[in-house]
Amino acid sequence: MGSNYDDYSFSEIVLGQEQLDSIETILTDELVESGVHSVLLIDLAGNIIAHRDNGNCDHDVYSLSALASANFAAVDTMAKIVGEEEFSLLFHKGENESIHFSKVNDEFLLIAVFGKKVTLGLLRLKVAEAIEKINTIIQQ
Amino acid sequence: MAFVNMKSKEVQAKIVFYGPGRGGKTTNLEYIYGKFRERIKSEMVSIKTHGDRTLFFDFLPFDIGKIMGYDVKVQLYTVPGQVKYDATRKLVLKGVDGVVFVADSQVEQRKKNVQALKNLQDNLATYKKSIFKVPLVLQYNKRDLKDVPILPMEVMEKDLNSQLKVPSFGASAVTGHNVVPTLKKIISATMASMQNVLK
Ligand SMILES: Nc1nc2c(ncn2[C@@H]2O[C@H](COP(=O)(O)OP(=O)(O)OP(=O)(O)O)[C@@H](O)[C@H]2O)c(=O)[nH]1
Ligand SMILES: [Mg+2]
Repeated sequence: MGSNYDDYSFSEIVLGQEQLDSIETILTDELVESGVHSVLLIDLAGNIIAHRDNGNCDHDVYSLSALASANFAAVDTMAKIVGEEEFSLLFHKGENESIHFSKVNDEFLLIAVFGKKVTLGLLRLKVAEAIEKINTIIQQ
Repeated sequence: MAFVNMKSKEVQAKIVFYGPGRGGKTTNLEYIYGKFRERIKSEMVSIKTHGDRTLFFDFLPFDIGKIMGYDVKVQLYTVPGQVKYDATRKLVLKGVDGVVFVADSQVEQRKKNVQALKNLQDNLATYKKSIFKVPLVLQYNKRDLKDVPILPMEVMEKDLNSQLKVPSFGASAVTGHNVVPTLKKIISATMASMQNVLK
Protein backbone atom coordinates (compact mmCIF):
# COMPACT_ATOMS: atom_id res chain seq x y z
CA MET A 1 0.00 0.00 0.00
CA GLY A 2 1.46 3.34 -0.96
CA SER A 3 0.32 6.81 -0.02
CA ASN A 4 -0.44 9.47 -2.59
CA TYR A 5 -1.69 12.06 -0.17
CA ASP A 6 1.16 14.01 1.17
CA ASP A 7 -0.81 17.11 1.93
CA TYR A 8 -3.51 15.47 3.90
CA SER A 9 -4.43 17.17 7.11
CA PHE A 10 -7.51 17.37 9.24
CA SER A 11 -10.11 19.85 8.22
CA GLU A 12 -11.93 20.62 11.40
CA ILE A 13 -14.75 23.06 11.19
CA VAL A 14 -14.24 25.81 13.69
CA LEU A 15 -16.81 28.53 14.12
CA GLY A 16 -16.28 31.34 16.54
CA GLN A 17 -18.61 32.35 19.30
CA GLU A 18 -19.92 35.35 17.41
CA GLN A 19 -20.67 33.30 14.32
CA LEU A 20 -22.52 30.69 16.37
CA ASP A 21 -24.46 33.38 18.23
CA SER A 22 -25.56 34.89 14.93
CA ILE A 23 -26.51 31.50 13.49
CA GLU A 24 -28.57 30.67 16.55
CA THR A 25 -30.33 34.02 16.32
CA ILE A 26 -31.20 33.32 12.70
CA LEU A 27 -32.54 29.87 13.52
CA THR A 28 -34.72 31.33 16.26
CA ASP A 29 -35.91 34.43 14.42
CA GLU A 30 -36.51 32.90 11.02
CA LEU A 31 -37.71 29.46 11.92
CA VAL A 32 -38.71 28.88 15.54
CA GLU A 33 -40.59 32.20 15.59
CA SER A 34 -42.42 31.09 12.45
CA GLY A 35 -43.73 28.01 14.21
CA VAL A 36 -41.04 25.44 13.46
CA HIS A 37 -40.77 23.06 16.42
CA SER A 38 -37.08 22.31 16.23
CA VAL A 39 -34.27 23.23 13.88
CA LEU A 40 -30.76 21.83 13.54
CA LEU A 41 -27.77 22.99 11.58
CA ILE A 42 -25.59 19.90 11.09
CA ASP A 43 -22.57 18.96 9.04
CA LEU A 44 -22.51 16.10 6.56
CA ALA A 45 -20.68 13.92 9.06
CA GLY A 46 -23.66 14.20 11.41
CA ASN A 47 -22.19 16.66 13.92
CA ILE A 48 -24.51 19.29 15.37
CA ILE A 49 -23.39 22.84 14.67
CA ALA A 50 -26.36 24.63 16.17
CA HIS A 51 -29.75 23.66 17.55
CA ARG A 52 -32.79 25.68 18.55
CA ASP A 53 -36.30 24.62 19.46
CA ASN A 54 -39.51 25.99 20.86
CA GLY A 55 -38.91 24.54 24.32
CA ASN A 56 -41.48 21.76 23.95
CA CYS A 57 -39.37 19.26 22.06
CA ASP A 58 -37.62 16.35 23.67
CA HIS A 59 -35.98 14.82 20.62
CA ASP A 60 -32.76 12.86 20.77
CA VAL A 61 -30.97 15.39 18.59
CA TYR A 62 -27.69 13.45 18.33
CA SER A 63 -29.42 10.43 16.85
CA LEU A 64 -31.61 12.67 14.73
CA SER A 65 -28.62 14.40 13.18
CA ALA A 66 -26.71 11.14 12.59
CA LEU A 67 -29.73 9.71 10.80
CA ALA A 68 -30.49 12.92 8.92
CA SER A 69 -26.98 13.21 7.52
CA ALA A 70 -26.98 9.53 6.53
CA ASN A 71 -30.41 9.84 4.96
CA PHE A 72 -29.36 12.91 3.05
CA ALA A 73 -26.21 11.19 1.83
CA ALA A 74 -28.16 8.11 0.75
CA VAL A 75 -30.71 10.14 -1.20
CA ASP A 76 -27.93 12.20 -2.76
CA THR A 77 -26.17 9.03 -3.90
CA MET A 78 -29.44 7.71 -5.37
CA ALA A 79 -29.80 10.95 -7.33
CA LYS A 80 -26.34 10.47 -8.82
CA ILE A 81 -27.15 6.87 -9.76
CA VAL A 82 -30.17 7.94 -11.80
CA GLY A 83 -28.20 10.79 -13.36
CA GLU A 84 -29.44 13.75 -11.32
CA GLU A 85 -27.15 16.29 -9.71
CA GLU A 86 -29.40 16.31 -6.66
CA PHE A 87 -33.03 15.95 -5.58
CA SER A 88 -34.09 19.39 -4.56
CA LEU A 89 -36.97 18.63 -2.21
CA LEU A 90 -36.27 16.39 0.73
CA PHE A 91 -39.28 16.19 2.91
CA HIS A 92 -40.87 13.53 5.13
CA LYS A 93 -44.47 14.12 6.05
CA GLY A 94 -46.05 12.66 9.15
CA GLU A 95 -49.48 12.97 10.67
CA ASN A 96 -48.34 15.48 13.28
CA GLU A 97 -44.67 16.12 12.68
CA SER A 98 -42.79 16.54 9.43
CA ILE A 99 -39.11 16.89 8.63
CA HIS A 100 -37.58 19.10 5.96
CA PHE A 101 -33.94 18.84 4.83
CA SER A 102 -32.00 21.43 2.88
CA LYS A 103 -28.45 21.80 1.84
CA VAL A 104 -26.84 24.98 3.15
CA ASN A 105 -23.50 24.58 1.38
CA ASP A 106 -21.07 21.74 0.65
CA GLU A 107 -20.65 21.04 4.35
CA PHE A 108 -23.87 21.87 6.13
CA LEU A 109 -27.51 20.79 6.20
CA LEU A 110 -30.49 22.46 7.78
CA ILE A 111 -33.05 20.13 9.35
CA ALA A 112 -36.43 21.56 10.36
CA VAL A 113 -39.03 19.64 12.34
CA PHE A 114 -42.46 21.24 12.08
CA GLY A 115 -46.12 20.55 12.69
CA LYS A 116 -49.43 21.12 10.97
CA LYS A 117 -49.56 24.86 11.65
CA VAL A 118 -46.73 25.62 9.25
CA THR A 119 -47.35 25.10 5.54
CA LEU A 120 -44.65 23.61 3.38
CA GLY A 121 -44.64 26.76 1.25
CA LEU A 122 -43.98 29.05 4.20
CA LEU A 123 -41.41 26.68 5.58
CA ARG A 124 -39.48 26.57 2.32
CA LEU A 125 -39.50 30.34 2.12
CA LYS A 126 -38.24 30.74 5.67
CA VAL A 127 -35.63 28.04 5.23
CA ALA A 128 -34.34 29.69 2.06
CA GLU A 129 -34.03 33.02 3.87
CA ALA A 130 -32.26 31.44 6.82
CA ILE A 131 -29.82 29.61 4.55
CA GLU A 132 -28.90 32.77 2.75
CA LYS A 133 -28.16 34.54 6.03
CA ILE A 134 -26.25 31.59 7.45
CA ASN A 135 -24.08 31.42 4.35
CA THR A 136 -23.19 35.07 4.72
CA ILE A 137 -22.05 34.44 8.28
CA ILE A 138 -20.08 31.29 7.53
CA GLN A 139 -18.19 33.00 4.72
CA GLN A 140 -16.96 35.72 7.04
CA MET B 1 -14.41 16.01 10.30
CA ALA B 2 -14.63 17.07 13.86
CA PHE B 3 -16.69 20.01 14.90
CA VAL B 4 -15.35 22.38 17.51
CA ASN B 5 -17.87 24.65 19.17
CA MET B 6 -15.89 27.52 20.63
CA LYS B 7 -19.00 28.87 22.27
CA SER B 8 -20.01 25.89 24.37
CA LYS B 9 -16.42 24.57 24.40
CA GLU B 10 -17.62 21.32 22.93
CA VAL B 11 -15.91 18.99 20.47
CA GLN B 12 -17.73 16.37 18.42
CA ALA B 13 -15.64 13.74 16.72
CA LYS B 14 -16.67 10.79 14.56
CA ILE B 15 -15.10 7.39 15.16
CA VAL B 16 -15.95 4.56 12.79
CA PHE B 17 -15.62 0.82 13.45
CA TYR B 18 -14.67 -0.75 10.12
CA GLY B 19 -13.92 -4.33 9.09
CA PRO B 20 -15.14 -7.52 7.43
CA GLY B 21 -18.73 -8.75 7.77
CA ARG B 22 -19.47 -10.57 11.03
CA GLY B 23 -16.13 -9.47 12.46
CA GLY B 24 -17.75 -8.05 15.61
CA LYS B 25 -18.11 -4.31 14.99
CA THR B 26 -21.70 -4.13 16.22
CA THR B 27 -20.79 -6.35 19.20
CA ASN B 28 -18.07 -3.84 20.17
CA LEU B 29 -20.63 -1.03 20.27
CA GLU B 30 -23.11 -3.16 22.16
CA TYR B 31 -20.49 -3.92 24.78
CA ILE B 32 -19.60 -0.24 25.12
CA TYR B 33 -23.28 0.66 25.37
CA GLY B 34 -23.84 -1.89 28.13
CA LYS B 35 -20.72 -0.93 30.01
CA PHE B 36 -21.29 2.83 29.99
CA ARG B 37 -25.06 2.78 30.11
CA GLU B 38 -25.32 5.46 32.78
CA ARG B 39 -23.14 7.88 30.80
CA ILE B 40 -24.88 7.37 27.47
CA LYS B 41 -28.08 9.31 27.49
CA SER B 42 -29.61 8.18 24.22
CA GLU B 43 -30.46 4.79 22.75
CA MET B 44 -28.07 3.00 20.44
CA VAL B 45 -29.41 3.36 16.91
CA SER B 46 -29.05 0.32 14.65
CA ILE B 47 -30.17 0.21 11.05
CA LYS B 48 -30.02 -3.52 10.40
CA THR B 49 -31.57 -6.41 8.51
CA HIS B 50 -33.92 -8.95 10.08
CA GLY B 51 -30.93 -11.25 10.44
CA ASP B 52 -29.16 -8.66 12.64
CA ARG B 53 -26.60 -7.75 10.01
CA THR B 54 -25.79 -4.06 9.82
CA LEU B 55 -27.54 -2.55 6.82
CA PHE B 56 -26.42 1.07 7.12
CA PHE B 57 -24.78 1.74 10.47
CA ASP B 58 -24.97 1.53 14.25
CA PHE B 59 -24.69 4.82 16.08
CA LEU B 60 -23.78 5.54 19.68
CA PRO B 61 -23.08 9.06 20.99
CA PHE B 62 -20.66 8.95 23.91
CA ASP B 63 -19.88 11.84 26.21
CA ILE B 64 -16.33 11.30 27.41
CA GLY B 65 -15.99 14.36 29.58
CA LYS B 66 -13.42 17.13 29.58
CA ILE B 67 -10.19 16.99 27.60
CA MET B 68 -8.00 20.09 27.46
CA GLY B 69 -10.89 22.17 28.70
CA TYR B 70 -13.32 20.94 26.05
CA ASP B 71 -16.39 18.83 26.60
CA VAL B 72 -15.70 15.95 24.21
CA LYS B 73 -18.47 13.96 22.56
CA VAL B 74 -17.49 11.08 20.34
CA GLN B 75 -19.99 9.68 17.89
CA LEU B 76 -19.31 5.97 17.45
CA TYR B 77 -20.44 4.39 14.19
CA THR B 78 -20.11 0.96 12.64
CA VAL B 79 -20.22 0.27 8.93
CA PRO B 80 -21.93 -2.71 7.30
CA GLY B 81 -19.11 -5.17 6.66
CA GLN B 82 -20.74 -7.19 3.92
CA VAL B 83 -19.04 -6.62 0.57
CA LYS B 84 -22.30 -5.79 -1.19
CA TYR B 85 -22.95 -2.76 1.02
CA ASP B 86 -19.98 -0.76 -0.20
CA ALA B 87 -22.03 2.28 -1.23
CA THR B 88 -23.50 2.77 2.24
CA ARG B 89 -20.20 1.84 3.89
CA LYS B 90 -18.57 4.70 2.05
CA LEU B 91 -21.23 7.15 3.23
CA VAL B 92 -20.66 6.30 6.88
CA LEU B 93 -16.97 7.08 6.44
CA LYS B 94 -17.73 10.65 5.47
CA GLY B 95 -16.11 13.10 7.86
CA VAL B 96 -14.42 10.36 9.88
CA ASP B 97 -11.91 11.47 12.52
CA GLY B 98 -10.68 8.08 13.72
CA VAL B 99 -11.04 4.44 12.69
CA VAL B 100 -11.04 1.16 14.61
CA PHE B 101 -10.45 -1.72 12.22
CA VAL B 102 -12.03 -4.85 13.69
CA ALA B 103 -10.42 -7.93 12.18
CA ASP B 104 -11.75 -11.46 12.65
CA SER B 105 -9.17 -13.80 14.19
CA GLN B 106 -10.63 -16.93 12.61
CA VAL B 107 -8.22 -18.65 10.22
CA GLU B 108 -11.08 -18.89 7.76
CA GLN B 109 -11.43 -15.10 7.63
CA ARG B 110 -7.80 -14.33 6.91
CA LYS B 111 -8.34 -13.17 3.33
CA LYS B 112 -11.46 -11.18 4.22
CA ASN B 113 -9.54 -9.12 6.75
CA VAL B 114 -6.97 -8.12 4.17
CA GLN B 115 -9.66 -7.31 1.61
CA ALA B 116 -11.60 -5.20 4.10
CA LEU B 117 -8.48 -3.24 5.04
CA LYS B 118 -7.80 -2.58 1.36
CA ASN B 119 -11.42 -1.48 1.02
CA LEU B 120 -10.91 0.95 3.91
CA GLN B 121 -7.88 2.38 2.18
CA ASP B 122 -9.81 2.79 -1.09
CA ASN B 123 -12.85 4.35 0.53
CA LEU B 124 -10.77 6.78 2.58
CA ALA B 125 -9.04 7.73 -0.66
CA THR B 126 -12.37 8.78 -2.18
CA TYR B 127 -12.47 11.41 0.57
CA LYS B 128 -8.82 12.29 -0.08
CA LYS B 129 -7.74 10.74 3.18
CA SER B 130 -4.79 8.44 3.56
CA ILE B 131 -5.01 5.29 5.66
CA PHE B 132 -1.47 6.12 6.78
CA LYS B 133 -2.54 9.43 8.26
CA VAL B 134 -5.99 8.89 9.69
CA PRO B 135 -5.92 7.97 13.41
CA LEU B 136 -6.26 4.18 13.31
CA VAL B 137 -6.27 1.29 15.78
CA LEU B 138 -6.43 -2.39 14.86
CA GLN B 139 -8.42 -4.87 16.90
CA TYR B 140 -7.91 -8.61 16.42
CA ASN B 141 -11.27 -9.76 17.64
CA LYS B 142 -12.68 -13.14 18.75
CA ARG B 143 -9.54 -14.19 20.64
CA ASP B 144 -11.90 -16.12 22.94
CA LEU B 145 -12.82 -18.70 20.28
CA LYS B 146 -11.97 -22.25 21.31
CA ASP B 147 -13.81 -24.49 18.82
CA VAL B 148 -12.44 -23.08 15.60
CA PRO B 149 -8.81 -22.37 14.67
CA ILE B 150 -7.67 -18.77 15.12
CA LEU B 151 -4.68 -16.98 13.63
CA PRO B 152 -1.67 -16.31 15.85
CA MET B 153 -1.38 -12.62 16.73
CA GLU B 154 1.96 -12.40 14.91
CA VAL B 155 0.34 -13.57 11.68
CA MET B 156 -2.36 -10.94 11.98
CA GLU B 157 0.23 -8.28 12.70
CA LYS B 158 2.15 -9.32 9.62
CA ASP B 159 -0.95 -9.46 7.41
CA LEU B 160 -2.49 -6.18 8.51
CA ASN B 161 -0.04 -4.04 10.42
CA SER B 162 3.38 -4.52 8.84
CA GLN B 163 3.15 -1.25 6.93
CA LEU B 164 0.64 0.69 9.00
CA LYS B 165 2.43 0.17 12.32
CA VAL B 166 -0.49 1.44 14.38
CA PRO B 167 -1.56 0.34 17.88
CA SER B 168 -3.25 -3.08 17.91
CA PHE B 169 -5.13 -5.19 20.45
CA GLY B 170 -6.16 -8.81 20.67
CA ALA B 171 -9.73 -8.63 21.95
CA SER B 172 -13.07 -10.27 22.44
CA ALA B 173 -16.11 -8.12 21.88
CA VAL B 174 -18.28 -10.84 23.39
CA THR B 175 -16.45 -11.05 26.72
CA GLY B 176 -15.41 -7.40 26.55
CA HIS B 177 -11.70 -8.18 26.76
CA ASN B 178 -9.72 -5.17 25.46
CA VAL B 179 -12.83 -3.45 24.07
CA VAL B 180 -12.44 -0.43 26.34
CA PRO B 181 -8.64 -0.18 25.82
CA THR B 182 -9.27 -0.19 22.06
CA LEU B 183 -11.77 2.62 22.48
CA LYS B 184 -9.49 4.63 24.76
CA LYS B 185 -6.64 4.28 22.30
CA ILE B 186 -8.61 5.54 19.32
CA ILE B 187 -10.05 8.42 21.32
CA SER B 188 -6.61 9.56 22.46
CA ALA B 189 -5.17 9.18 18.95
CA THR B 190 -8.08 11.18 17.53
CA MET B 191 -7.78 13.93 20.10
CA ALA B 192 -4.01 14.08 19.56
CA SER B 193 -4.59 14.63 15.84
CA MET B 194 -6.76 17.63 16.68
CA GLN B 195 -4.37 19.27 19.12
CA ASN B 196 -3.51 22.12 16.82
CA VAL B 197 -7.14 23.26 16.95
CA LEU B 198 -7.75 22.71 20.65
CA LYS B 199 -5.13 25.07 21.92
N1 LIG C 1 -16.75 -15.80 19.92
C1 LIG C 1 -16.90 -14.53 19.57
N2 LIG C 1 -17.91 -14.16 18.77
C2 LIG C 1 -18.03 -12.86 18.45
C3 LIG C 1 -17.13 -11.88 18.92
N3 LIG C 1 -17.51 -10.67 18.44
C4 LIG C 1 -18.61 -10.90 17.69
N4 LIG C 1 -18.93 -12.22 17.70
C5 LIG C 1 -20.07 -12.85 17.03
O1 LIG C 1 -19.90 -12.69 15.62
C6 LIG C 1 -21.17 -12.46 15.00
C7 LIG C 1 -21.15 -11.19 14.21
O2 LIG C 1 -20.96 -10.07 15.09
P1 LIG C 1 -21.41 -8.60 14.69
O3 LIG C 1 -20.98 -7.72 15.81
O4 LIG C 1 -22.83 -8.56 14.31
O5 LIG C 1 -20.50 -8.38 13.42
P2 LIG C 1 -20.42 -7.09 12.48
O6 LIG C 1 -18.97 -6.85 12.26
O7 LIG C 1 -21.22 -5.99 13.03
O8 LIG C 1 -21.08 -7.66 11.13
P3 LIG C 1 -21.79 -6.82 9.94
O9 LIG C 1 -22.80 -5.93 10.56
O10 LIG C 1 -22.38 -7.79 9.01
O11 LIG C 1 -20.69 -6.07 9.28
C8 LIG C 1 -22.20 -12.44 16.12
O12 LIG C 1 -22.80 -13.72 16.19
C9 LIG C 1 -21.38 -12.15 17.34
O13 LIG C 1 -21.94 -12.69 18.52
C10 LIG C 1 -16.05 -12.31 19.77
O14 LIG C 1 -15.23 -11.52 20.25
N5 LIG C 1 -15.99 -13.63 20.06
MG1 LIG D 1 -22.75 -4.90 12.33
